Amino acid sequence: MQKINREALIEKAAALLDAGTVDRVLAWKRGEFDYDVTPGLFTTREQMEAELVFGDFCGANMSKYLIKETLKGEGKVLVFLKPCDTYSFNQLLTEHRFDREKVYAVGIPCEGMLSVTAIKAAAGDGISKIDVTEEGVVVETLFDGTKVFGHDEMLAERCRNCKSKRHVAYDELMGEEGEVLDSARFDEVAKIEAMSSEERFAFWQGELSRCIRCNACRDVCPACTCEKCVFGNPDSGIENKAITDSFEEKMFHIIRAFHVAGRCTDCGECSRVCPQQIPLHLLNRKFIKDANNLWGDYQAGEEVGSRAPLVDFDFDDMEPGEAVIKNGGEQ
Amino acid sequence: MRAISYAKLDTLFAKIAETHGVYLPVEGKKGTDYKRWEQGDVYSTALNSNRSPKDIFFPQSENLMDFKVEGKSIEIVDTRSESEDFVIFGVRACDVKSIEVLDRVFLKEPADSYYENRRSHAVIMSMACTKPAETCFCKTFGIDPAEPMGDIACWVDGEVLYMNANTEKGEALLEKLEGITEEASADAADTAKALITERMAKLPLAALKADAFGAGKTQKYFDHPAWAELSEACLGCGTCTYVCPTCQCYDIKDFNTGHGVKRFRCWDSCMYSDFTQMSAGQPRLTQLERFRQRFMHKLVYYPENNDGMFSCVGCGRCLAKCPIKMNIAKVMKTIGKENDND
Repeated sequence: MQKINREALIEKAAALLDAGTVDRVLAWKRGEFDYDVTPGLFTTREQMEAELVFGDFCGANMSKYLIKETLKGEGKVLVFLKPCDTYSFNQLLTEHRFDREKVYAVGIPCEGMLSVTAIKAAAGDGISKIDVTEEGVVVETLFDGTKVFGHDEMLAERCRNCKSKRHVAYDELMGEEGEVLDSARFDEVAKIEAMSSEERFAFWQGELSRCIRCNACRDVCPACTCEKCVFGNPDSGIENKAITDSFEEKMFHIIRAFHVAGRCTDCGECSRVCPQQIPLHLLNRKFIKDANNLWGDYQAGEEVGSRAPLVDFDFDDMEPGEAVIKNGGEQ
Repeated sequence: MRAISYAKLDTLFAKIAETHGVYLPVEGKKGTDYKRWEQGDVYSTALNSNRSPKDIFFPQSENLMDFKVEGKSIEIVDTRSESEDFVIFGVRACDVKSIEVLDRVFLKEPADSYYENRRSHAVIMSMACTKPAETCFCKTFGIDPAEPMGDIACWVDGEVLYMNANTEKGEALLEKLEGITEEASADAADTAKALITERMAKLPLAALKADAFGAGKTQKYFDHPAWAELSEACLGCGTCTYVCPTCQCYDIKDFNTGHGVKRFRCWDSCMYSDFTQMSAGQPRLTQLERFRQRFMHKLVYYPENNDGMFSCVGCGRCLAKCPIKMNIAKVMKTIGKENDND
């Protein structure tokens, strides 16, 4: 259950609109069902009262929309940021992807977002209502009555392993500030590292062979902000729209993970949107884990302007050969 | 109508496999997908497969031909090798209809011989639904999940699978299966049919109508002001198009192997910025235009060219999979709204 509700967001947004601080609001819009929430723009209180929602399915990270939104008009846009969204916000600022002056950021608390996929898998087809109460996640179905599931089991994986409840950027904060958490987010990576190379290959082959190259992971990723991706640019010479062999499917995702290494804040949007449920965030986490191991802990987006290990240098950096050995490789 | 014990599905598949390849939905680690049946595979009763049976007739990528270059001569090599008759089992009513949508595109003269080849070798065994999802709206497009089309329609009632032939192809296959099936009365599946009909009425999208759309509505909807808001959050990814059982756009490319050329085609998506890129550029410069194209195609342009048939079948895959949860049901409700009062 979230500690803040839609009424509080509407009041805050309406006040900022009335005061002329902002002229539009980026938030979450109600859908057909309790779980299908769409990011959207609001300009009036009436519109917000009719359509704005905030609840346990508002996982969408709004930060990337600011690139497009801040190019429109002169006024400021209000954006509501959950703690993990603020890391993407800072990272985008570090990369000069939008004008900070055109944004009014309100930090909002987050108790973790639920996974629709997990709920559907547990409750089956025909969901008519989902409520989050003290009891847990209460799912009403059309044909099988009401089912109750534990809240933590229905949390999205990224939220079960939440890295921070602290906002690293905002103009104003609603609710109480949280702490950076000691999460178990690298446990799954460690499990994959412990596999033999054959097992590891089979694991990723099994996952990545399901890829349909819809590019949703790339298009939602706040670190993937190239105006024209090489893979979607006929002039790049390496454009490809489909997987033509098992090599290419791995190359796309591994290249993408390299491209965002050091810039990925581990927001987990890639895995949330993947229609094939590929745990893409694990590739990014592997890079984060390795970088932490080799050059000391670094969290992308924690500070605006920080230099990621892969684009930074000092004379104490270890030699590549040492790094290989430190990571368990052979000389 | 023929019947076989549901527990004997393996016997049924094995019998068909004597003369045909058998494809069916099988539960994997992350949802259900169609695969070629092998002994030990269990038919999945999941409502929607991740990828639709479209993939079997129109694969995501396929080699069309090779060009072999020797000196100054070029030899064109037909790389097609498929000639096997096959059965697709367990196709839902919406997905069966989607194949009809594809047929109208690919089999219209001049027919696409690659598609036609696979289509002519296929026998479709459809499966009536038992428990629809909240995302289902096939009835909007006149599809009855209690009476699925296809060469043979199937129903499951308790421990029995009923089969009824809809076509000559279906009759021929059922005849071959007579040794392992039993005769059943024509109304044997009526209980199963009644259950699904009753359940369909309870769906949240049961009242969604397509009446406001169809041929001749281009002028009316093309400049509708709501397209801007509907498309504002669209990421421009291809999820909706790639999970859609009726989306049929593709791109053809040549791949230089160094000593020849492989010509292949692969799915394309109208949501992509380089879709139908021409020497003069891409005709749809903004995501609004690309977004509008997809829905106008399904609801207006396709019906215009195909006797009023829509190219959405209400399977609900895009409702479930869109990263921003924008979809055709929301588009129909918004764009078609004022028509309620017409």
